[in-house]
Amino acid sequence: MPKKVENVGCPYCGVCCDDLVVTVSDDGKKILEVENACAIGNQIFHHATGGERIRLPRLRQPDGSYKEISYDEAVDYAAKVLHNAKKPLIYGFGSTNCEGMAAAAKVAEKAGAVLDNCASICHGSSFLAIFDNGYPSCTLGETKNRADVIVYWGANPAHAHPRHMSRYSIFPRGFFTGKGHKSRKIIVIDPRHTDTAQVADIYLQVKQGHDYELFDAFRAVVRGHEIPDVVAGIKREQILEVANILKKARFGTIFYGMGLCHSDGRNHNVDIAISLTRDLNDFTKWTIMAMRGHYNITGPGAVWSWQYGYPYCLDLTKRDIAHMNPGETSSVDLAMRDEVDAFFNVGTDAGAHFPIDAVKHLKKHPWITVDPNICMASEISDLHIPVGIVGVEVPGIVYRMDNVPIQYRKVIDPPEGVISDEELFERIHKRLCELEAEEAAKGQVKAAPEGVRAESEP
Amino acid sequence: MKTVTLTLTNPSELFLEGQNITPDNFAGKKAAEIAALDVWEGKQKSPLGKYFSVEGDGGATAAETKIVLRGDCTRTKRIGQQMTAGEIVIEGSADMYIGGWMKGGKIHVKGNVDSFCGIGMEGGELLVDGNAGSHLGSSPRGEWRGMQGGMIRVAGSVGNDTATFINGGTIVIGGDADIHVSTHGEGGTVVVKGNAKGRVGGQMVKGDIYVYGTIENPLPGFQMVGEVEQEVDGEKARFVHHIGDLGERHPVSRGKTVYANLYTRI
Ligand code: SF4
Repeated sequence: MPKKVENVGCPYCGVCCDDLVVTVSDDGKKILEVENACAIGNQIFHHATGGERIRLPRLRQPDGSYKEISYDEAVDYAAKVLHNAKKPLIYGFGSTNCEGMAAAAKVAEKAGAVLDNCASICHGSSFLAIFDNGYPSCTLGETKNRADVIVYWGANPAHAHPRHMSRYSIFPRGFFTGKGHKSRKIIVIDPRHTDTAQVADIYLQVKQGHDYELFDAFRAVVRGHEIPDVVAGIKREQILEVANILKKARFGTIFYGMGLCHSDGRNHNVDIAISLTRDLNDFTKWTIMAMRGHYNITGPGAVWSWQYGYPYCLDLTKRDIAHMNPGETSSVDLAMRDEVDAFFNVGTDAGAHFPIDAVKHLKKHPWITVDPNICMASEISDLHIPVGIVGVEVPGIVYRMDNVPIQYRKVIDPPEGVISDEELFERIHKRLCELEAEEAAKGQVKAAPEGVRAESEP
Repeated sequence: MKTVTLTLTNPSELFLEGQNITPDNFAGKKAAEIAALDVWEGKQKSPLGKYFSVEGDGGATAAETKIVLRGDCTRTKRIGQQMTAGEIVIEGSADMYIGGWMKGGKIHVKGNVDSFCGIGMEGGELLVDGNAGSHLGSSPRGEWRGMQGGMIRVAGSVGNDTATFINGGTIVIGGDADIHVSTHGEGGTVVVKGNAKGRVGGQMVKGDIYVYGTIENPLPGFQMVGEVEQEVDGEKARFVHHIGDLGERHPVSRGKTVYANLYTRI
């Protein structure tokens, strides 16, 4: 009898749907059916048992081919790379659980590495804005139960977060929003007329790269000042109309995406969006939320902030001092400037996502990929270590886009012998400790810097 | 004044972090002691002398110590960080954080500098003959008190995010400025003698900005209030006076609302 597993979390996008029902074959090895998930969510489960999986780590040979090696050999190789590099970079964590992230942080600290996550090329600019300006946010439950005005700014959930609108924002009937869609006003602001814009009551086609000016205009209007006839391609009358709707809302949420984080100005686009949200709270209740991409990309921010005080771009090379400054310690900048001498790609695909020059620089040094699947990064690596798929084969904690932690479960076992990210990093950490002890025994302890403070006067 | 000359003879593989290269750290030290100061290449700590040859001893105090850097310092960060007195001359270009958190003294860079130079600056003088990267005289991430005092002068152009959260001091840019000048500013003065790309004075509360050339994309939150004559950087000129950012909060002083001023040259 095939078995039905209920309340399964979807390990794909930041909506973190936790209402999936997965039917597993008799022997517990195959996924037969996935209910409630959207098309992408469906795919992630079927992909796990659909095709051939890599079951052993693969090491690049002198002739360019891959040779299968044991996990012990892979752990040893990885630990030695980290131990010998002057400034290794460990990057990724878009698709793993918080347990794996904590274990990786232990490794990074031991190895004196730079630890970064995919926010670095995604919502990292949101962090910078939040540092500068705070985060008047809420949970998705509050939006669902209370919001009567929803703004999607530079975000296209119809494609990137397929169930966001139906679960939380536009369509659901909540406690104070019993009429669902009928009682809500939807405003979409985007340079492109996206599929999300199709369902909007009001659509503003902002001139690409000029969101900051439009926010500034909204803020000036909200404070009762005059603005020019046209701002960022939008007519004054329309700005006044929308500003009026924002002020008259009972509860509003601004959901924003890459349109703000990745157009000119980046963090300042988010920064001024936060300022507008705060201004609107002089009139009514407004909140703002980043449309975080992957199901647990909020996780490393939560885990590492707790461990080190910073969510990403952590330079741990001085070990007892964590330093963070995106622009310097961010992965792409480090790679472009040729600042690192070893690269760990964990649960992401830097081969596909990074600029080609960054990849070329990183390729001069050892490159290790940790990922369940074959991807561009795994194919250009020196070592590829397969791990179990979190949310399908490995359980764990994940953080939803609104910073709510959810316990994910597993529905099947990983392929025989394949370990989890957490176990892998724990083993690398252990091996690193051994290498350090061996070196200490030989009397040639690596210069372990004690801090970056200037020498005191004699 | 005694001069210590550092010449980069053995370049590092990765970038060097040279926060110890300040008159404060060199003062009272002989050349050999200076060569023994720490620099970092990633997690590896080494003596300064591994990369630089050191000639001359430091003065008795920081104020009596001058440091001259020769050779390609484009891969050396943090020169003159937190210095309080004395002088540094960099004969060529240098990397990030030059003069960061500087409190006094003078740094003269004859080439270009990269990003984050003069961040969190409180006093002293930073002169750059070439261009500067982004975040010149800006605040460190998440810090709402940016540049507090001192003077930064860049002959060439600068990147984005100049003087973010500035609340004191002066920055004079000979060339153009990329987007975001004095964002969140609460004081201080920025002079852009070339053109500015846009977002000049966004979310600004107080302070002054002068732009001699054009602003490609002016912000809607700034409003023209008249024309004035002002003396800027030693010369008198006429400017159009705008106030803003009207979208931002503004304090009231003696019954009058205080705005940030943006002057564009006529
Ligand atoms: S909306 Fe996102 S979390 Fe929900 S099923 Fe689709 S991919 Fe999975």
